[in-house]
Amino acid sequence: MTTFLKRTVAAIAASAALAVPASAELTGDLSIFLDTSNPAPRATMEGMIARFQEQHPELNVETTVIDREAYKTQIRNFLTANAPDVATWYAANRMKPYVDAGLFEDVSDLWAEPAIADNLASTKGAMTIDGKQWGVPYTYYQWGVYYRKDIFDELGLSEPTNWAEEKANCEKIVASGRACYTIGTKFLWTAGGWFDYLNMRTNGFDFHMQLLTGQASWESDEVKATFANWRELVDMGGFIDNHQTYSWQEALPFMVKGEAAAYLMGNFAVAPLRDAGLTDDQLDFYQFPAITEGVAMAEDAPTDTFHIPANAKNKEAAREFLRYVVSADNQTIINAGDGLGQLPVNASSAVDDDKFLNQGFEMLSSNSPGGVAQFFDRDAPAEMAKVAMEGFQEFMVKPDELDRILAKLERARGRIYK
Amino acid sequence: MADAVLTQTADKESWFHRNQQAIAPWLFLAPGILFFAVYVIAPVFQSFNLSLYEWDGLGQAEYVGLRNYEDLYWEFADRDAFYTSMKNNVIWLLMYLLAIPAGLFIALFLNQTVRGIRLYKSLFFFPFVISQVVVGLVFTWFYDPTFGLLNAMLGFVGMGPLNVMGNEHLVTYGIIFAGLWPQTAYCMILYLTGLNAVDPEQIEAGRLDGAKGLRMLWYIILPQLRPATFIAFVVTIIGSLRSFDLISIMTGGGPFGSSRVLAYYMFEVALSEYGFRMGYGAAIAVVLFLIMMCFITYFLWSMYREERGR
Repeated sequence: MTTFLKRTVAAIAASAALAVPASAELTGDLSIFLDTSNPAPRATMEGMIARFQEQHPELNVETTVIDREAYKTQIRNFLTANAPDVATWYAANRMKPYVDAGLFEDVSDLWAEPAIADNLASTKGAMTIDGKQWGVPYTYYQWGVYYRKDIFDELGLSEPTNWAEEKANCEKIVASGRACYTIGTKFLWTAGGWFDYLNMRTNGFDFHMQLLTGQASWESDEVKATFANWRELVDMGGFIDNHQTYSWQEALPFMVKGEAAAYLMGNFAVAPLRDAGLTDDQLDFYQFPAITEGVAMAEDAPTDTFHIPANAKNKEAAREFLRYVVSADNQTIINAGDGLGQLPVNASSAVDDDKFLNQGFEMLSSNSPGGVAQFFDRDAPAEMAKVAMEGFQEFMVKPDELDRILAKLERARGRIYK
Repeated sequence: MADAVLTQTADKESWFHRNQQAIAPWLFLAPGILFFAVYVIAPVFQSFNLSLYEWDGLGQAEYVGLRNYEDLYWEFADRDAFYTSMKNNVIWLLMYLLAIPAGLFIALFLNQTVRGIRLYKSLFFFPFVISQVVVGLVFTWFYDPTFGLLNAMLGFVGMGPLNVMGNEHLVTYGIIFAGLWPQTAYCMILYLTGLNAVDPEQIEAGRLDGAKGLRMLWYIILPQLRPATFIAFVVTIIGSLRSFDLISIMTGGGPFGSSRVLAYYMFEVALSEYGFRMGYGAAIAVVLFLIMMCFITYFLWSMYREERGR
């Protein structure tokens, strides 16, 4: 099996090498800053850069890997002071401060090339600000409900497709002495995921985006309807107790031990759940159920990206690197199960044969007509995201305080969006 | 003869040689003063200046006058984050002082000659040696609502489970309790050294006059421990005002921001992942600076008074 895989990879690599047009040989230095500091993504990215280096032996590629959390603050320094030629970051509103400050290079020319224009259409919106594209995506992943199939079978439940079924399921799970959902809101963002889905299902993608860009009020009836739905789950004991004390990883054992039946999370939760001993027979996935009838399904699919800083020195080589990153073959390799284990951004790439990746790919490509959001803290401005997610956490603990929380968010909206 | 030689050479000597006595201390102080001015005094004024601007750390800074302070005032009036931080700072300040009597008690307890007392002393001092991060982690596990030791112990005596880190009324006290562990050890070591310097003759004299127990402690021992008490106060108050690491490790300011203090709020607003309101962070820093300044002035003043009293 492994030899077969190796041979395939080698064949792909060879064909990729052949496919490269005999463009002018790239020379000079190319410095790349990565935030993929976890072992598996790091190895994947270093492998990708090594393959790129092989194609361009004259180019001197220097890779710097920075801790993922530290990167988020360091990027502000190195973009202005000592810019690399290529840097990783996130799509949508998260890149806006740097685009506005003129620190990212406009790469609309790359997006005009047929190889990218034809294959990357699905993520173009997330990379566009002011009608221009400011980088290329390299991976993305689905969000959805990961659940314990064995518990569902034991209680005779099926995957819910609408809110009534969802609540009926949850009531049965609670009656069996379990919580429907595990969640750890210590670091707040997990609650942002819940709000994303509840609001997109209740009011639709467009209203959700209006709210996150400051055009809709937090005290509107639409938002209140979202929270009313949320409250139904909170009141019936749908979430584990004391979630405000746990990180998302610390919330995993509840699902592994069977004290909670499901987890609304990104696909990255699958690996630790499998490591903890859950088999693919016990673990399954469903799309977050519809709430308001007629509202088109929309999904969260956070996209990680590559950008060229405006102060980069070797922009020609940087563009070639970006072309390589999004190329169909490379996308297949780096997003495979032994790499990032996520979804390729290139439509011509193959999705790895993984139960969850396949379901996610199908969901995003055929059952997300409403649109694709990045994630609460990537779509909303950072400041607003912080205040709001804190409010979500408070609401989940003290739902009676909703009016005060919403008033606070509305005040923050008045201050932040100007 | 010697005098004549001296005056003779003094006439020829340069200005530097003539004023050597006066200049020498300044020369020795110069490196310290320079670094203190560049890295402490100048940033203080920079912070003042920055607090009048709105700046995200990237683009152009926009002058907004006192609006950052106005926002702080409204946050205070609305009992929002700034109010919570101020309130928690006061709680920290008061509760943290418990480290002083606790440290004194342990020091008195350990100030005896038994076999292996050095080992006991070092065991009591141990929490001060380990990193605050480790202290924070240990106590987070201790408080864990599902698996933690605290609830196991409470369950033993038939009391209900308690989620200290998840309860907005308890969380600050929980963190302070964790902070008291190393701080008590610190005060203990200060008092242990102080106790070494206590004059045995005075104790003897006190004994003859019939003093014992608390009266002995209050009238004979404590007055002699005054210098140690003073230092213990200084380090404890300053320690409570810069209580940052424990909060960052144990709660990250949560749940819903109820365990923030000014130092943490400043970091969150200006430097964290969702922050980068540099001007606003600077305004908080200025407020914190003014509060600290009250204490520092008081300490400097009382130290000055003591020096003159001698």
